[in-house]
Amino acid sequence: MNYLENRKYVIQAIFLVVGIVFACRLFYIQVIDSSYKQAAETNAIKTIIQYPFRGLIYDRNGKLLVQNTPVYDLMVVPKEARNIDTLKLCKLVGLPLEDVRERLKKARTYSYVKPSIFYQKLSTQEFAHIQDNLIDFPGFYINARTARGYPHQSLAHALGYIAEISPKQLEDSTYSGYRSGDYIGKSGIELEYEKYLMGKRGVKYKMVNVRGIEKGAFKEGAYDTLSVAGQNLVSTIDLDLQAYGEYLMNGAKGSVVAIEPETGEVLAYISSPFYDPNLFTGKEYGKNYMELLNEPNKTMFNRPIMASSNPPGSIFKLAQALIALQDGIITPNTGYPCNQSLIKCSHAHAAPTNLSIAIQTSCNPYFYQVFRAMLNRGKSKNTFKDTALGLTDWRDQVTSFGFGTKLGIDLPNEKQGIIASTAMYDRIYGPNRWKFSTIYSLSIGQGELGVTPLQMANFMATIANRGYYITPHIIRSIGEHGEPLPEYQERHYTTVASKHFEPVVDGMAAVVASGTGRNANLSKLGIEVCGKTGTAENPQGKDHAVFVAFAPKVNPKIAIAVYVENAGFGAQSAAPIAGLMIEKYLTDSVSRKPMEKWVLSREYLNID
Amino acid sequence: MAVEQTIPKYKVATRSSRRNSNKVLQNLDWVTILLYFTLVALGWMNIYAAVYSPDNVVNIFSFDINSGKQLVWISASVVLIIILLVVDYKVYEHLAYPIYGGVILLLLVTLVIAKPIAGSRSWLDLGGGIRLQPAELAKFATALAVSKFLSNVNLRQQNLKDQMVLAAITLLPPAIIILQNETGSALVFAAFVLAFFREGMSPLILIIGGTAAAIFILTLLVPKLYLIIAITALMGAAVWLDYRLMRRIKTMVALLLLVIAMIFSVDYFVNDILQPHQQNRIKALINPEADPLGFGWNVTQSKIAIGSGGLLGKGFLDGTQTKFDFVPEQSTDFIFCTIGEEHGWIGSTVLIALFMLLLIRIVSIAERQKSVFGRTYGYCVASIIFFHFLINVGMTIGLAPVVGIPLPFFSYGGSSLWSFTILLYILLAIDANRSLDLSR
Repeated sequence: MNYLENRKYVIQAIFLVVGIVFACRLFYIQVIDSSYKQAAETNAIKTIIQYPFRGLIYDRNGKLLVQNTPVYDLMVVPKEARNIDTLKLCKLVGLPLEDVRERLKKARTYSYVKPSIFYQKLSTQEFAHIQDNLIDFPGFYINARTARGYPHQSLAHALGYIAEISPKQLEDSTYSGYRSGDYIGKSGIELEYEKYLMGKRGVKYKMVNVRGIEKGAFKEGAYDTLSVAGQNLVSTIDLDLQAYGEYLMNGAKGSVVAIEPETGEVLAYISSPFYDPNLFTGKEYGKNYMELLNEPNKTMFNRPIMASSNPPGSIFKLAQALIALQDGIITPNTGYPCNQSLIKCSHAHAAPTNLSIAIQTSCNPYFYQVFRAMLNRGKSKNTFKDTALGLTDWRDQVTSFGFGTKLGIDLPNEKQGIIASTAMYDRIYGPNRWKFSTIYSLSIGQGELGVTPLQMANFMATIANRGYYITPHIIRSIGEHGEPLPEYQERHYTTVASKHFEPVVDGMAAVVASGTGRNANLSKLGIEVCGKTGTAENPQGKDHAVFVAFAPKVNPKIAIAVYVENAGFGAQSAAPIAGLMIEKYLTDSVSRKPMEKWVLSREYLNID
Repeated sequence: MAVEQTIPKYKVATRSSRRNSNKVLQNLDWVTILLYFTLVALGWMNIYAAVYSPDNVVNIFSFDINSGKQLVWISASVVLIIILLVVDYKVYEHLAYPIYGGVILLLLVTLVIAKPIAGSRSWLDLGGGIRLQPAELAKFATALAVSKFLSNVNLRQQNLKDQMVLAAITLLPPAIIILQNETGSALVFAAFVLAFFREGMSPLILIIGGTAAAIFILTLLVPKLYLIIAITALMGAAVWLDYRLMRRIKTMVALLLLVIAMIFSVDYFVNDILQPHQQNRIKALINPEADPLGFGWNVTQSKIAIGSGGLLGKGFLDGTQTKFDFVPEQSTDFIFCTIGEEHGWIGSTVLIALFMLLLIRIVSIAERQKSVFGRTYGYCVASIIFFHFLINVGMTIGLAPVVGIPLPFFSYGGSSLWSFTILLYILLAIDANRSLDLSR
């Protein structure tokens, strides 16, 4: 039987093998594999995000443009709401019985023990009424949160909107601080200044049991952080002017951009048709967005910075004049005949015996001849090469006005526009296959030119400043008493010396005083407005009306560009709108009521 | 000699036998007792940790919580220990069959009169809120009966009739327990195989049993075809390496066919014989992630709790998974999770080491018994404790199916603690008197 005694070793070996296997297995799941630790955290530690208040946005006079409005949601925890009087609940919330049952069922499907929204966005009256009666409905409670609110319905395109972060953004490491369900700026100022507006989220770690019930702070709150409210922004927008401009543009398509020349501050930013920004804050956000997106008038199209393919028309003659003066091609007293055999002139007018008259009368042959002299200076005997050299030089000067480049406004999706270049024509026609006669329409602002309304307004600000502009911007400072933003202090000088501006300004004053811009004349109020009308040719339909202006002539306070689509001559629609807005801004009132009435009648849209 | 024979067979230690009881105290195995109380004390603290709730702290001694109640059971165990040691050790051998018979009767009575609790008819209500699970008593009773039977000098191991009787003694209690719907407790009786092996059972049975279990699990894990190819290749390799096996080629082929038949019967067994909840336990063992909120919940949560403990653990009472009810049955069957989470790998390994020490100590106690009865009983004790340890710890770390059996000396529960206390201290009583056996 002795051999049996050795079996004790076998048995002890079995014991030990099991013990060692267990210890190894434990070493693997406890020390090597870290996935269980993460699983334990997601299990028992609930992270409660404390959302900071998003920064507010004020206009230049301290009027609130964007605020946070409290929103009340009626919540339900199905488990606790088992024995409620459904009929009574119907009466309380004013919903039919089937709807209430459907909502309760939806909540139960989501989770029996976790709260879900029963009824979103109660009105203040509903909130008060329901709050008083909730005592009869265990399992129901009201959850207060904040949503964006707009006390005025203005400036939707510039303000932009916020919405839940998209799954695509969540994958992007730029947004690593965000979680699913967070709100984020999607366009406009809300997007551009997201990092200031969003503030800093606070986090609280709570221990929860298997049913999700809180069981106290994790590690006595050692890892908790407080939320920090977002920073408020002060906009450069003058809400009164903005609202008045929207009032005038309502029903028309187009843009108005007004800039304070001295500072580059955008005073008004209108993209018409516009919409009520409150449409994007409620539960109907998705539906409203899609409706606006698919609307034939392209409401969502942010015209002032995105409508970049339209030629500037006659207002471009001002740039031609300035560059010609700088290059010594003309002097203020240079005259050219109004030779209609070269290019047609829109109307009969006095002979352009000097530059001022040429601007006042917007004489096409005059600027045709100026442009020809600029391009063909005999630098090369080959007329093709000569034109190419002239165009390159000309283009450098045009772009110094901010044309053909992104100005750098603090709004997303700005377009740069188009300014004709030798490369472009070489591509179209082939090198040495084009000359002045091919591209002469540039001389009067038609052809291969695309200018955004913002660039037009900036052009006016440049002339108002006699030679420089400051990057237009829509936010003046971060914080209500913050310093002006440093990136908007620098003066961008054009290639044209300051002294050459005066004759052009005189011509612009004459345009308004006795030329095509008479509808913007404010001389009765003692305000000398300098402006220029334009008509942008539109191959798709009726031409677009353009009027650019600044005022007063001396020490200008406002530069403005008005662009009305399919409204024909700038004189009829765009000039009155500009005049009314200049008066509104400078005098804070409108005296020319018949003019206002004319604009609001929209009759200009029917004039051929 | 005649005088000696008139000495009463069962004597209670009295003043006249103080000399003997002193000797009993001297001969008591204090190492085992120390291990026993260490495990019981650690168990008690972990039961407190398992039911501890940071937002509602209750004193460890409070009778409102399991730790307070466990202290009562522990105190009662001390009384039980004294009684077990004071009673004449010969009682256990001489009354082995009556005790066994009594427990069988109790099991049957329980089966008839017990009210079902969670589907199981195994609890006997003693009144006053005290309940007894006779299935727990069946372990030591069966161990006694088996030891008694094997110590019979007339026993012949090769005798089929004797083998049948032994099998009957071992299988009758689990049969009744299965009828009570306590399959987990019934499985424990498989542990006796180890004791039988020590007493001369052919190792083939162990090997065949082990191989069958391995094939069963492999069938669930590996596609059948691969498994069959692998086993065939393995057998072919064996024949190729040892040509003498060629002479037994018929046996080999028969064996192979048997294995293949078994592989194909596993599906039938799992899907048609096992009850749905038992099927789920098998599935949870193989792949708990398939349904982490359903049948995989226990295993998944248990592994998360243990795995989150790391090397050193989160600290006493600082666990989050075992508090907050993520792990079910925390103070009873899943008590090991509390150790794993709060005391980490070091704590878990210390506990495993304690059990290893205890088991090896019991084996050495068994080996030093002069009587076959004592030795067999010792092995039965070791086997039962080992089986509990194997399944209980194994299920919490995903190495064994979830079977509701407690961790000896550790889990909360009076019936369980008492039954293990009785099991162990009968052995210690026999062991303390082993020198007296010499004189017999």
